This record gives sequence, C-alpha cells and structure tokens, in this order.
Amino acid sequence: MKTLCAPAFVLMLGALAWPASAAGERLVVSLSDHRVMVTSSFVGEEIVLFGGVEQEGASRPPRSGYDIVVTVSGPRQNTVTFRKERMLGIWVNADSRVFEEAPSYLAVLSNRPLDAIASSETLRRLQLGLDNIPMPQTASVNIAAAGSDDPFRLALIRIKSSRGLYREVSNGVTFLAPALFRATIPLPAEVQIGDYEVDVRLFADGAQIARAPAPFEVYKSGFEQVVTAAARDHGVLYGLATAMMALATGWFASVVFRRD
Amino acid sequence: MEIYLPIADLPVNVLVILAMGLAVGFISGMFGIGGGFLMTPLLIFLGISPAVAVASVTGHIAASSMSGAISYWRRRAIDIALCFMLLAGGIIGTASGVWLFTFLREIGQLDITIGLSYVLLLSIVGALMVAEGVRAIIRARQGKPVELRRPGSHMWIHGLPFKLRFKRSRIYVSAIPVWGIGFIIGFVGAIMGIGGGFLLVPMLIYLLRVPTATVIGTSMVLTLVTMASATVMHAATNHLVDALLALILMVGGVVGAQFGARAGQKMRGERLRLLLGILVLAVGIRFALNLVLTPDSLYSIRPADTDT
Repeated sequence: MKTLCAPAFVLMLGALAWPASAAGERLVVSLSDHRVMVTSSFVGEEIVLFGGVEQEGASRPPRSGYDIVVTVSGPRQNTVTFRKERMLGIWVNADSRVFEEAPSYLAVLSNRPLDAIASSETLRRLQLGLDNIPMPQTASVNIAAAGSDDPFRLALIRIKSSRGLYREVSNGVTFLAPALFRATIPLPAEVQIGDYEVDVRLFADGAQIARAPAPFEVYKSGFEQVVTAAARDHGVLYGLATAMMALATGWFASVVFRRD
Repeated sequence: MEIYLPIADLPVNVLVILAMGLAVGFISGMFGIGGGFLMTPLLIFLGISPAVAVASVTGHIAASSMSGAISYWRRRAIDIALCFMLLAGGIIGTASGVWLFTFLREIGQLDITIGLSYVLLLSIVGALMVAEGVRAIIRARQGKPVELRRPGSHMWIHGLPFKLRFKRSRIYVSAIPVWGIGFIIGFVGAIMGIGGGFLLVPMLIYLLRVPTATVIGTSMVLTLVTMASATVMHAATNHLVDALLALILMVGGVVGAQFGARAGQKMRGERLRLLLGILVLAVGIRFALNLVLTPDSLYSIRPADTDT
C-alpha cells in the first residue's frame, strides 16, 4: 500500500476527476490495483481505494460532514438457491429459485452504518446495501414476489456472506482528512474471475451529491489460466492429457518401487 | 503450503491433500481396491464440490490401478480375454453414468444421488463383507479349514447362452453376465467417483467363479480403463476435472499403495476382508447420518449453467 500525502494525492487524481454534481462537489477516486492476478499461490487479496472530495467554487463552505458508500460488485451469474426438505426420512433439494445475474461478489463499505447516512427510503431508491440490491428471481414452480425478506434471497446472502463473498462493512471507509478517504476491498480466495465494478457515492446531509466509478479486473494468469482455459475450451484433449498423466504416474511408481 | 486449484477454484493445503492421497493409497494397496469410495467423501469434506471431487478422483484411481495392474501383469495374473469382455460393458456403463451425472447436475439432484448411492451400496456391501469375514474367522477359530466358496452347484447365470471360454481363469460362462457386470461397474463408478473394485471382486468370485489368482489383476485392469475413460468423458462433458488436484492425489496415492500392498501381504485374507468390510460399512453409515440428520442449513447455492 502506498502512502501519499493528502494534497499531492488529490492533485494527482485531478486528471481522473468525474464530472461534478450540481451541488458542486467532485469525487475523485483511484484503486491501488486495477488488475488482480490469481496465481497458484493466490489466497485472496485486498485492494485499497483512495478518494478525495474536491470543492468547486471556493465560496461554498464545506458541509458538516461527508459520508461515503462504496459498492463493489463482481461478475454476475445466474445462481440457484435450493431448499432441502425431508422426503421419506431423508433430506433432498426440493424447492429452488434462480437468481438472475446475481453478483458473485458484493461488498458494501461505508464510513458509518448505512441507516445513519441516509433514510431507508433513499437507500432503497439508490439500491444501496445488501437488503436493497435488486436480485430478480425465477422460481422452479411459480414466480414468487421477491421481497428483501424472501427466505431464498436471505439464504443466498447468508451463504455468500459466510464465504466472505458478500459483506456489508459499516466501518469499511476511513476518512483520513475531512475530504480524503480510504477503503479496503477484501477479496477472498474464492472470488470469481472477471470485471468488478466499484461504485463510490458521496453523501452529505442524507442525500447523494456525487458519484464515481472505479472498475478493476480479476484474472487468472500463468499456469492457472492455461489449465482453466484448456479445461473449458479443449475438454477432450484436457481429459486425455489428465488420463495420460495418471497412467504415467502409475507406471512411474511401479518402476520406482519394482522389487521383482 | 497453500495452492490454488484452478478448476475447484479454491486454495487447499498441498500437504493435506498429499497426506490424504498417501493414506487412501495405503488402504487401497492393502486391500487391492481403488479407494475412490474413501477419497471422494474426504474431498467433499474439505470443501471441494461433490461434482469436482467425483470427476477428479477418477484420474487418481486410474493412476493407482495402473501401478497395481503393471505388477499383476508381471506376475501374469491378468485374464485379458475376460478384461475385454468386461470392458465392452464397462465403457457403455461409464458413458451412461456420465450422462446421468450431467442430467442430475442440471436438475440439482446430483448431491443427493451421490449421497444415496453411497449409503445403499456401501451399507449393503459392507454388511455382507463383515458377515462373511466374521463367519470365516469363527470357522478358523473352530479349527475348520477356511472354506473357499466355489460350490459346484450352478446358478441361473450359468444357464445363459453365448458361452465363452476364458482360458487363464479356467471358466466357461455366458457373455451376458460378463457384460452386465462390466456395465454396472462402469455406471456406478462414473456417478460415484469410485473404481468399483470392492464391488467387482466379489461379483467376479461369486457370480462368475473367477479364481482368486486372476481376480484382482483383472479387476485392476478394468478399473484402470473405466476410470481413465471416465476422466476423459467428465473432462469433455462437464469440464470439472481438476488436473492439479488429481496430480497431487495420484502422487500420494501411488506411493501409499506400495507400502499398503506390503502391509497387506502380512495379514491373513479373512481378517483383511473383515477390516475392509468394517471400513466400507463405516463410510456408508457416515453418509446415511448425513442424509437423515437435520442439516445445519437447509439452503444451498450453486451457479446456474450460463449456457441454458
């Protein structure tokens, strides 16, 4: 992680500045890493997001305090949630829901609890927080209305959270100075490969006043990438190679340990 | 020593996987079985998805049966003709098994099927083996000779047409039960990620009257071919074979098998069969508890196939 003194940092990021909101604040953000490499020693990683709030027009006095909400969402994929039921004494997957394009990774980081930053009405409208992220679903039997208290949705969020793939961290953003902040995005080892969106929103007095994106990419490299690509694109060859490897290992062992 | 598995998509400790390979290899060498029925549950326990575990273990079993088959080949303890006839059924069985595996995975019932198959198969086979082993030991205690069960009475199987003579095993049986046994082993193996050695050996002995001299070598060759082809088929259809995982397992497995084989030669046959029976039964009961006890979480998630 780089340590930078605050003014130089904001200046440096000036080139990346996002169009200002009507309120006159500009949000500038940058990530410590735009490409996260998954190698054979990958056990997860943290990327650091730096950001600053720039006043436009010196006349305006800074407000009492800024709030930041960072939403990181990973590659989307259709995800099925199964519910087990007891049938003839054993537990089987009975009912299921398909969540269309559910984010594989979702982190909502803020400098204080979301409900202290904005009203629940605003949070719902802006789709902020694990409770308010839209997750359209289709049921195996009938279309169900998916409220935020839907058991399948809650189960999805709970399972993903237990693996560290979904999280809501109300102290995930730290203000280093009144207009300069830092957030640490934790990526567990299980993260999906693909493009990640980072959506940074600036709030003041319960209202959103600026917004800035900061995408990054997680990709496999080297050996991992070769193996994954081979397994996906050349299944038969990959299988033959694995089978040959098995035969060679077995043959080798019988030679090494030969006694007769 | 953590290493990231490319297909299973999670990091594992290399030493743990290697140790599991060694331990299961030791057992497989000792009893002359593939050990898939132990390895697959262990991998699932480590957090690897059942589908990836089943698909990757096929490679591991292919490797350990290869090293076993070579040493039996040197001792001329393999009935090649019988192998070919079993394989004819085995390949079709494997292909059907992989097809059913893919289908069950699509409808979300794969895990329960793997679980149920383990319970049924392992409990029944394990119970039979324990009963047989206990009987043999009691007979030995009473001073009676351990009876090799090859009674002269013919079962209905021996009345079937298309009779073939297998010279090395010195048996004369119909091709139909041979194909049938091959089919069952291939089918069960592809779905459960097991070589089926612990099933095949008793079937060959009791149903086909194959002599003990050729039974294990022949079973190993069949296991080798069905598991190697299951690896290829799983890789081609489900893209779930983790070559890195398979490699670590293989290395541990083949080394462990050599030591296991030496340990096994020092033990008496009936005691060995009883131990194996207890092991098989214990794994079966473990799976049964999993299905019957209320799970911690009723919910599970998995990615839906994107191409549907």
